[in-house]
Amino acid sequence: MSKVLNRKDIISIRDLSLSEVNDILNFAKKIKVSPPRKYLTEKIIAHCFFEPSTRTRLSFETATLRLGGQVIGFSNIESTSVKKGEDLQDTIKTVSCYADLIIIRHPLEGSARLAAEISDKPIINAGDGANQHPTQALTDLFTLQEARGDLEGLSIALVGDLKYGRTVHSLVQLCALFNMRLFLISPALLSLPKIICDELKHKGIRFSFHSSLDEVISKIDVLYMTRLQQERFAQSEHRLFENQTILTCDKLKKIKTNLNILHPLPRGREIDKAIDETVYALYFKQVSNAICVRQAILVLLLSKS
Amino acid sequence: MVKTRSVSAIENGIVIDHIPAGQALKIMRLLHVVNSKQRVTLGLNLRSTSLKLKDLIKIENRLLAPHEMGYVAIFAPEATINRIENFKVSEKINCALPETIRDVLVCPNQNCINHIELKGYFKLEGSPSQVKLRCFYCEKQFERDQVEEICL
Repeated sequence: MSKVLNRKDIISIRDLSLSEVNDILNFAKKIKVSPPRKYLTEKIIAHCFFEPSTRTRLSFETATLRLGGQVIGFSNIESTSVKKGEDLQDTIKTVSCYADLIIIRHPLEGSARLAAEISDKPIINAGDGANQHPTQALTDLFTLQEARGDLEGLSIALVGDLKYGRTVHSLVQLCALFNMRLFLISPALLSLPKIICDELKHKGIRFSFHSSLDEVISKIDVLYMTRLQQERFAQSEHRLFENQTILTCDKLKKIKTNLNILHPLPRGREIDKAIDETVYALYFKQVSNAICVRQAILVLLLSKS
Repeated sequence: MVKTRSVSAIENGIVIDHIPAGQALKIMRLLHVVNSKQRVTLGLNLRSTSLKLKDLIKIENRLLAPHEMGYVAIFAPEATINRIENFKVSEKINCALPETIRDVLVCPNQNCINHIELKGYFKLEGSPSQVKLRCFYCEKQFERDQVEEICL
């Protein structure tokens, strides 16, 4: 391993430079090709999941165990002192006494940043409300790079819940680093937040809004589907399910032959299971790649200390 | 024609002038003068050649700390702070926009951890005439008029 990340935490893609992103992707590639030594022997990694998770939690646990580290933590708040009213700051201060690194998922935006502020141990954001999910976005990009080679200038359509989807918020910021062309497809009420659009404009990234996938399907290299984040919806927004884009094989008639379809999973009904069998579907590769990307991040953060 | 003052003069203290109309009450709350024993004279919606309408605050026997001048700069970037000694202006201070503001404003995002656990922490962005505040925690950016002060 030649490089270390010159930062303590991974909280937001906004914090990362292109060079840091490339360091993570390159190291993940090395790990995938040749399984690494036990970098985390005698390290304890806390997995603090205040919100449900399958893939993120289990892939971080797998990454930790494969690197020789040990896992402590919780997968819901029912068995923790949070149920007794303990606040996040005290929980993080406590866990910091036990662990060498903390992975946190929390329903409130900014929770990982707060954890990083009060803990002297590295913090990895595994999703904070509708804000960011940086390690998922890095996994998405790694999978795409593996499939395409060069990421520069690709055309990508982001479909579904662009308002509350934290993976989308992280991913568009990564896409901007690689000067990708963005097609944003969502019901009007679930469009990408203005603040992120303003940032894209400021960076000179080309993007456009569409109400239907059919408008752009023949132009794109990558199709990134997302589920509607119903757990973050106001009651009045549930009717948006009626306008949901559902990807079926008949929608793939006009695509480029090398189209890649990604999804951060879990899925709702937005991707028909028949798509899974096509050469375009990469979403279970994303699941598998999450391990080496998260291994890379754990090693790069902990190798300094 | 006899020229009269809209707001009476003070002997010692500060005068914050050229506050955009509507911002003085917010600045007073941030400076904690509302419930203090200091004598405060407030002018709202006064005529102004540069702003058309302006607010003005006079606080007797009070100076502002640098971070308090920062509060003024956020909500009244064109304001001048006049230090008064013996009824005369002894110093004119132009406010400079701070880089951050902590513990006095609350993030308007209801899903931000700020609402549950701590006081606000914002980074200041934009220009003095178009101040924007980005929450350090949830990363969302707000216009200054969207952000309210923490109720103590």
